[in-house]
Amino acid sequence: MSLTLSQPGAASPVAAALADASRDDASLRRFLHGLPGVDQVGAEARAAALATRSIKTTSKAWAIDMAIRMVDLTTLEGSDTPGRVRSLCGKAVRPDPSDASAPAVAAVCVYPDMVPVAVQALRGSAVQVASVATAFPSGRASLATKLVDVAEAVAAGAAEIDMVIDRGAFLAGHYLKVFEEIVAVKAACGSAHLKVILETGELVTLDSVRRASWLALLAGGDFIKTSTGKVSPAATPPVALVMLQAVRDFAARTGQVRGVKLAGGIRTTKEAVRYLVMVNEVAGQPWLDPRTFRFGASSLLNDLLLQRHKLSTGAYDGPDYVSID
Amino acid sequence: MPTTEPPADMPQPAALRTGRTDVTAFEYAPAPESRAIARLKPSYGIYVDGEFRDGRGEAVKTINPATEEPLAEIAEANEADVADAVAAARRAYEGSWSRMPGAERAKYLFRIARAIQERGRELAVLESLDNGKPIKESRDVDIPNAAAHFFYYAGWADKLGYAGFGPNPRPVGVAGQIIPWNFPLLMAAWKIAPALATGNTVVLKPAETTPLTALTLAEIIAECDLPPGVVNVLAGGPSVGQALVEQPGVDKLAFTGSTAVGKQLQRSVAVSGKRLSLELGGKAANIVFDDAAIDQAVEGIVTGIFFNQGHVCCAGSRLLVQESVHDEVVAALQERLQTLRLGDPLDKNTDIGAINSAAQLARVRELADVGEAEGATRWSPACALPDRGFWFPPTVFTGASQASRIAQEEIFGPVLTVLTFRTPQEAVDKANNTPYGLSAGIWTEKGSRILWMANRLRAGVVWANTFNRFDPTSPFGGYTESGFGREGGRHGLAAYLESEA
Repeated sequence: MSLTLSQPGAASPVAAALADASRDDASLRRFLHGLPGVDQVGAEARAAALATRSIKTTSKAWAIDMAIRMVDLTTLEGSDTPGRVRSLCGKAVRPDPSDASAPAVAAVCVYPDMVPVAVQALRGSAVQVASVATAFPSGRASLATKLVDVAEAVAAGAAEIDMVIDRGAFLAGHYLKVFEEIVAVKAACGSAHLKVILETGELVTLDSVRRASWLALLAGGDFIKTSTGKVSPAATPPVALVMLQAVRDFAARTGQVRGVKLAGGIRTTKEAVRYLVMVNEVAGQPWLDPRTFRFGASSLLNDLLLQRHKLSTGAYDGPDYVSID
Repeated sequence: MPTTEPPADMPQPAALRTGRTDVTAFEYAPAPESRAIARLKPSYGIYVDGEFRDGRGEAVKTINPATEEPLAEIAEANEADVADAVAAARRAYEGSWSRMPGAERAKYLFRIARAIQERGRELAVLESLDNGKPIKESRDVDIPNAAAHFFYYAGWADKLGYAGFGPNPRPVGVAGQIIPWNFPLLMAAWKIAPALATGNTVVLKPAETTPLTALTLAEIIAECDLPPGVVNVLAGGPSVGQALVEQPGVDKLAFTGSTAVGKQLQRSVAVSGKRLSLELGGKAANIVFDDAAIDQAVEGIVTGIFFNQGHVCCAGSRLLVQESVHDEVVAALQERLQTLRLGDPLDKNTDIGAINSAAQLARVRELADVGEAEGATRWSPACALPDRGFWFPPTVFTGASQASRIAQEEIFGPVLTVLTFRTPQEAVDKANNTPYGLSAGIWTEKGSRILWMANRLRAGVVWANTFNRFDPTSPFGGYTESGFGREGGRHGLAAYLESEA
């Protein structure tokens, strides 16, 4: 499945005005600092209020399957081996061997050198291969190095690239540098789908999250993604709220639908369902689709499967009834 | 999501691959609280002198405004019951309560606070049944805040000499307290807690349409072993209220309710020597500047006027939005309102419940029609109203003028009137251009402007970048036709103390 949602249509006046925003460093700064502020207290209160939705029975079953279909099953360790990646791919395609109705996940996410292994293991399935690149997770390398990293992953068959932004440049106010890097990486991706990791745990304020989100969207990111998973805090409800507002507002202004990926720290079905409620009520029903919303996770999948069993059988299984990764 | 649809050529997910084709979208399944939790009884009476008994007035049915089904029969008080209650309160006042050490009174108050928490779920369901408000509000706002008031004033009971009213402030005596139907238990707590902490005794009259939680609070108070007569609860209508106002044995009256009744009450007590505090209506301005955090301001507008179906005296019923962001704010607000869920108050996902009574619904409808007749543009999200019960959809009027009735009169329903301003001074002038003065809200990212505005707004409460936040430590009350006297905080003690010169 190729992800073409964000291909710009005919250039509208609004799109042209947005293109103007990235003409030079000063314009970009003016645009990003002209975005409405985010009130931290209010955003936290809204996120907390959404978390009180009570999702039961049929809607819970629907949400669990949707969440499984949105998982980017991830292994990003120095100790990754071909064997581990193959094992993960098997699980991605058929998460629950005892129940064929359990859907496959969206993608498997690995380091670039593991892409060939994953591509081979997933051949013939609808599960995508995603690869982190651009000197993940710190991003502290030259642009040339980052582009080589991306090109290699794409050449090896990665359909989705998860890049990191240069947080140092962002925090120093060099917005155009960040922007141009994303543009260059996007070009290097070719037809591969680009997810831009903001590493919100290092940006800290919600104002920065909003600015970085718009920056990444303007630069052509197909997805904006919270975190590498290597920095704490990773995805949090207020951060997810602000990023969902960004894709909603971006779509309203340009007609282009971009996605959000939450990564890091989401381990339970309860959290995942709360995020789906947030997607539903903040961005809207059209975003409830693996093409526009993802969870970057590893242990979340097992909890989703356990809860899925519980809903169909009425009883909780022990941890030995789901596979370890 | 009206603004954006994914491209039409987007492939449909293969029947979701779930095998559960009965659900195709994220529809929230019903999640109702069980009605049984309320432990509803077939009939209730009155609580006088430590005894529960039937009142000698009319027997009326209290109904569930969401369905119009009767919930219970109430044997209301008559004038003789009022006299009994006041006499009992006087005996309790002189016999023990006023002379009890503050630390001892505090123990009772702490006990009541804990008991409210322990029976929180029961009280929340009961409140939603009787009042029509969504369970998430009764559960998360009304009941916890009621308990918090008792906890807070319990803490003051042994420290009154240090509260700024002289070294040994004395209680006033017997307090007659009349409360409205919009926050039945919470208003009872606001009234009873400070009165008891300061050594007064109480005769409380809940609103005729919502007596159940106040009578359950009476049960809690009885279980907490308060001396008989310290708290008396009389169910009844306006005639019971009037009898309470006119009882010679009442030293102090506290009323929360409409401005019309408040004025009448003030006439009744003139030169009677009774002390009076009034918490009346409002027509609060919620002021949004162009530099506000718009997403959070929209949330604040929603909380301001649609919380509790707009049945809030301090509701932000006038949205004053800077003209330069009017369209943006109204569009964002309308989009947000489409996600509000109106329906069964007991469903945990309900945002908007029922209007409390047929009379109130008629009043809201009448004023909304006036708004339309005056030429303002009426808008509501698409939402189906239940067939039975009293319902009104969230409604926004744009294009209204400062001179329209919907911009001046308190509607006390889920109806927002949008007005514009150009400069901070104009915002202040328009916000203050009302006979009321209970609350106001300011939305701006500029701290200095918040302070500048707050100094000029004639309102008892000014919220900055939030709205409808209540806390027992914070005084609450109004100016001019919104009443006088303060409830909550240290200021709330003053209404129940005679300071020593």
